[in-house]
Amino acid sequence: MHAQQISIFLENKAGRLAEVTGILAAAGVNIRALALADTSDFGVLRLIVDDNQKAENALKQGGLTVSKTDVVAVAVDDRPGGLHHILELLQNAGINVEYMYAFVQHSGANAVMIFRFDQPDDALKVLTADGLKVIEGRRLYTM
Amino acid sequence: MIYDVEYETMPREALEAIQLRRLKTTLERVCATVPFYRERMATAGIKPRDIQRLDDIRHIPFTTKQDLRDNYPFGMFAVPMDTVVRIHASSGTTGQPTVVGYTARDVNTWATLMARALVAGGATANDIIHNAYGYGLFTGGLGVHYGAEKLGASVIPVSGGNTRRQILIMRDFKPTVITATPSYVLHLAEVAEEMGVSFKDLSFKFGIFGAEPWSEKMRQEIERKLNITAVDIYGLSEVIGPGVAIECHEAKKGLHIFEDHFLPEIIDPASGEVLPPGETGELVFTSLTKEAFPVIRYRTRDITSLNPEPCVCGRTHVRMNRVSGRSDDMLIIRGVNVFPSQIESILMETSEVAPHYQLVVDREENLDTLTVRVEVGEGLFSDEVRQLQALERQISKNIKETLGVSAKVKLVEPHTIQRSEGKAVRVIDNRKI
Repeated sequence: MHAQQISIFLENKAGRLAEVTGILAAAGVNIRALALADTSDFGVLRLIVDDNQKAENALKQGGLTVSKTDVVAVAVDDRPGGLHHILELLQNAGINVEYMYAFVQHSGANAVMIFRFDQPDDALKVLTADGLKVIEGRRLYTM
Repeated sequence: MIYDVEYETMPREALEAIQLRRLKTTLERVCATVPFYRERMATAGIKPRDIQRLDDIRHIPFTTKQDLRDNYPFGMFAVPMDTVVRIHASSGTTGQPTVVGYTARDVNTWATLMARALVAGGATANDIIHNAYGYGLFTGGLGVHYGAEKLGASVIPVSGGNTRRQILIMRDFKPTVITATPSYVLHLAEVAEEMGVSFKDLSFKFGIFGAEPWSEKMRQEIERKLNITAVDIYGLSEVIGPGVAIECHEAKKGLHIFEDHFLPEIIDPASGEVLPPGETGELVFTSLTKEAFPVIRYRTRDITSLNPEPCVCGRTHVRMNRVSGRSDDMLIIRGVNVFPSQIESILMETSEVAPHYQLVVDREENLDTLTVRVEVGEGLFSDEVRQLQALERQISKNIKETLGVSAKVKLVEPHTIQRSEGKAVRVIDNRKI
């Protein structure tokens, strides 16, 4: 039920992000979702792409440090309190969200959020037990 | 003024006779008491009695810092521990500094040499000496301190740091001589300015600066800012500490080596051949009077040349020129010796694979700063920013604890550290010295 995210180490330098997107464009990799966490000196770029293997190969060839991380993609009701409901569930179960970001979709009644949990397996149990929709990696990459 | 007129102005012939006599005695002693020297000499097939002239010393093998490390901690001591009264140490590879010892007579010799140095630098028994060299295992603070007391001056053992308090002490105690690293004294001048205290209004007349490389330009800046005469002092703990050589304030042109206690040579660092007077090479010392920790042909790795010309001050001891560089990759940062290999072993503790790294040294507001750039390969990378920041802090803390130097750790992308001929450039020294 997990999805895989690609994480890249980047220094905070002008034009660096464009170089990364350039590598992916040249490799024919489509970026599905993206989040950047940074400090004054460096950042970690997190990506959901349509083809992990292709992206990883291209980025490594481009000299970047890349790692894969398991994340969970959850369909969130597109109404007030939709996200809050999920976070409350997790809080009650004692599960921490390390970070989260939104996944862009063209249409649909739901929003999709990408979560990184400290205990991903427990999180999955809690979410599915509540009837929430978790989107598998395979589907997510081409949504 | 000259502290020890008899020895410091001794005619060369008499001085060299004393050197030869003391050299022979030293060699006999180390062969009798230090297994390392006994074995080295035996392997080289040379006996102390083979030394008939001073330049016969060239047949004796060199001693290196690695030899001292191999005999850590007390293996090079030539006396039993019950006659050692003092131990100092300089920073070394993780957990393995270079350890030196002194007998009561060594401490007295050292104090006398430092008294000579202070006088050469302009101090007298009537001066108040503000000693801002660090006190502790480092030889700077205590070395100057004992010399000042020997001279009969009043010494303020202020040590390094707590800069604002130092300024208040300077204003109120009115010291007339300052001893510090050159970069620290410039930092003091800046902080004083911020506090509205003008160094020119203080009572300083002379300054004696060393323990790190500095330049003629820095001398001029210090002399102008402090309105003093500034001289260069040289020493290293392996030889004795500060007080191996000193510039006289009369000439300010090269540092007189106290040759009745230390025999200098200049060698080609690659071949080990002794170079003729005036040529530039690596400075090598043999101690002539030390009891606890004699050194025989110790390679300092400092690059300089010797000037045998007579000096206007009347001292007959040879002068060494300013140290212009190192024959190894050692850096001196705020008076602390740092080898890139030490940083490497610290990085090895945090990662299974040694990451590529680079030391960048700058001088900001006259204080040396060290930045350690570390390439983030897969072994170090974490998807979480918090963990990467914790890694930076951990490396920085380990460097501080092991080497005693504050360093900023900066994580960089792979392949961003320059390679020359495939080899990473380990050190970038931006200090304009």
